[in-house]
Formats: sequence, C-alpha cells, structure tokens
Amino acid sequence: MSVAIRVIPCLDVDGGRVVKGVKFENLRDAGDPVELAQRYNAAGADELTFLDVTASTADRATTFDVIQHTAEHVFIPLTVGGGVRTVENVEKLLHSGADKVSISTAAVARPEVINEISEKYGNQVLVLSLDARKNPELPSGYEVTTHGGKTGTGIDAIAWCEEAEERGVGEILLNSIDADGTKDGFDLELIRKARAAVSVPLIASGGAGKPEHFPPAVEAGANAVLAASLFHFGPEDMVSQVKQAISEAGYPVR
Amino acid sequence: MGRPEVVVLDYGAGNIHSAMNALRHVGANVELSRDSKAILNADGLLVPGVGAFGTVMEDLRASGAPRWIGQRIAGNRPVMGICVGHQVFFERGVEHGVQAEGLGEWPGVVEQLDAPMLPHIGWDFVCPPAESDMFEGVANERFYFVHSYAVQKWDFEVGNPKIKPPQVTWAHHGVDFIAAIENGPLWSTQFHPEKSGRAGLQLLRNWVETL
Repeated sequence: MSVAIRVIPCLDVDGGRVVKGVKFENLRDAGDPVELAQRYNAAGADELTFLDVTASTADRATTFDVIQHTAEHVFIPLTVGGGVRTVENVEKLLHSGADKVSISTAAVARPEVINEISEKYGNQVLVLSLDARKNPELPSGYEVTTHGGKTGTGIDAIAWCEEAEERGVGEILLNSIDADGTKDGFDLELIRKARAAVSVPLIASGGAGKPEHFPPAVEAGANAVLAASLFHFGPEDMVSQVKQAISEAGYPVR
Repeated sequence: MGRPEVVVLDYGAGNIHSAMNALRHVGANVELSRDSKAILNADGLLVPGVGAFGTVMEDLRASGAPRWIGQRIAGNRPVMGICVGHQVFFERGVEHGVQAEGLGEWPGVVEQLDAPMLPHIGWDFVCPPAESDMFEGVANERFYFVHSYAVQKWDFEVGNPKIKPPQVTWAHHGVDFIAAIENGPLWSTQFHPEKSGRAGLQLLRNWVETL
C-alpha cells in the first residue's frame, strides 16, 4: 500500500460559525471556519470535512460562503456534508468549491439519490456518511441510525454499506455512535466488518482520544481517519502527532 | 513582466473554482471562458475535467473547444489538462463498457485500474523523469488523486530523432499508470495539483512561470 493514510479534521458549522468550540490561542476568532481551515492546512491536514449542522435554510446559505472562502485559501480536498438531499444540492456545493459531498439521512430515506448523484458526477464525489450503533438483533450487530444517532432505522449497517457501494458511493465515512465522545478509541469491530464487506476507501470516525488510538483503526482497515474535538481541543501539533503515531506503526503518511 | 493570463476552459465541468483559485494564488490572472478569441489569446489554457470521460468529451465537442485547443498546440502555445482534462488527450476512454473517442494527441486507452481498492483516493507518490520541468522542486512529493480510470500502457511511436518524445510520469495503484505528461506546449496531470497543497501549488507555479 502506498496511498498515504489521510488525517481529516472535521469542522461542525452552524450559521457560518464552527460549533463544538475550539481552544486554540492566538486565533483572532476561534469560531471562524475559514481561519481554522487554514490553520489545519498549515498543520498538515490531508483533507477537511465540513459538517453543516444548520437547521434553517437561511443559515444554510452561509455555509456556501464558508466553503467558497475556504477554497480560495486552502488547496487541499474539501468534503461537505449535512442537509444534502438532491442532485441540485450537490451541484451547488461543488460550484461553491466543495470537492466531495457526504450524504447520510437522505440516502437512507431514498437510496436512489445515490445513483442519481453518482451518474451525474461520478462516485468519486460522493461519500456515504454512516452513523452506526450496536444492535445485537441485526445480522452484523450494527444498525444504521439517522439524526445524529438519535433515530434507529432497523437497517443493518454493513448491508447498507454494501448497497451504497453498489449504488455508487466512492467512500464510506463510518461513524460509531457508541464510541463517539468516549475518547476510548475507535470501534474496531465496525471498521473490520465494513472492510470485509466493501472495497471503497473507509474513513473511521468516533472515539479518538489520543494519537495511539489511530494505528489500530488503520490496522482494522481504515484508509483515512477523522476527528473533531481531539484536534479542536488538543495541542496545536495534534495533526502531526497523529501522523507520527500512524507512521511509527508502519503505515504511510504524507 | 506582468501576471500571465490564463483561461480556464468553460464547457460545463464541475468544480473549476479550485483550479482558478490555485492559479491566482501562484501569480496568474485567471478568466473562465469558452470564447475562441479568449482561448487563443491567453498565455495559458487550462482544461479541467471531472466525471465520466464520455460526458466530458461530449461537452467539450459541444463547446467547439477541441479546434481551439488544437490550434494552440500547433502554435506551440501552452495548454494544461487536469484529471479527465488530462485523459481526453489520449485516443479513447472506456467506462462501464462504453467507448468514447478522445482528442487523440497521444496513443493509449483510459481504462479502469485493476486495483483491489477503487476509487484511488488520496495522496500518492509519482515517478517523474529526471529532466522534468513540471516536477522541478517537487519530484519527491505526494499529490492528491481521485479517480478510478487511467492510461496504463504507453506505446508512443518513437524512432524519429527530429521528434522529441513526450516525458511520461508514472504512478502506481494496483497497476502502473500514467500520472502526468509533458509534451512541448501540452502538459497534463491525472492527479489534482490544485488540491495537492504546497507541492501542487509549486507544480502550477512551474507551469505559470513558463507562460
């Protein structure tokens, strides 16, 4: 394997501001997503993910501004998710400067939208964002949830990965609802099961609390790793600390 | 000397703003256009491309641009292609069993990579020739790829000492494939220099400095 394991900070954006907060000092305006994006870019991030957590349509317009301004200053891939429901949503995001879009709830509600987006722009622009939680009653032991893990769907998470790959997603962002926020490490079993089921790249998310948590996720089959709080609240060199841990475990990083 | 004028070819390709932003960042004046006069007058022409080979070729033909691109190359005027905008300079593309004719500047077929994991997404090394101008200063860097298709065989008709053969840069993902070509006024890359951080900006600066 020669492709570098990607380290991806995730920025939750609400009404044009980064929420969940950030701790960095010397940042004139800690809630400015464009400034934060520049900082992560300088720190060596391989890609950035923006999650538009805005509830209202009016505030959603500001997300396009955020993407546009970021793309003027930051020359690494930008993935944008949150509220993506239609081909038109995707088109608007790509024209604002997004390189990839992630889709979650809308794809569960109407899986055909994956085919529609993929046929128009290719599967390489589309990331399936999957919030999975443990459910022993399903064959794989994992269930697809929506609305940030609050709503169960009864759909088997691994079967959903297979269906989404078949329909045309180019990557899968695996977010473990059980591990999210615990800082105890990634849900390795979830990553292993998804890796065994699909051949598109996997992005592991949820549970990272320290650099040592990352190599096991890669070992389990992740091609990229994503975290928010660890980078927002950790020391400013956390991106390189994570890369160093992955590299010392024998995996390539940029 | 002022800033060179670059036209980014407007034929309906997806995210062209990144390329425009990156070119501005490295010192070019950038304009999006499909006007033949603008295309021919520009110091450099950038051909972007995202999506399916066949669709991109259809859109390119519908815009009338292949003729102006050809005139630029014949007149030794710089042209640069990125991603599918690189692939279209080969003979043809095959996607999902559908064949489409390319611009035919070089021999070769754009085909799906025979790799255990597709798409090929992420930062990878390339192997440029020692005398490469495109990769000057960035020969040992990783660049950002996002694709499933590429040209995997190179059968350029060499033998005529009066013709300088194109310089080919290879990369590897499951199989060897062509990552970039430098051929007189025509440069192209399978990866996205506009998304490849500092290394990609340096590569684009190398191009802009030739304009």
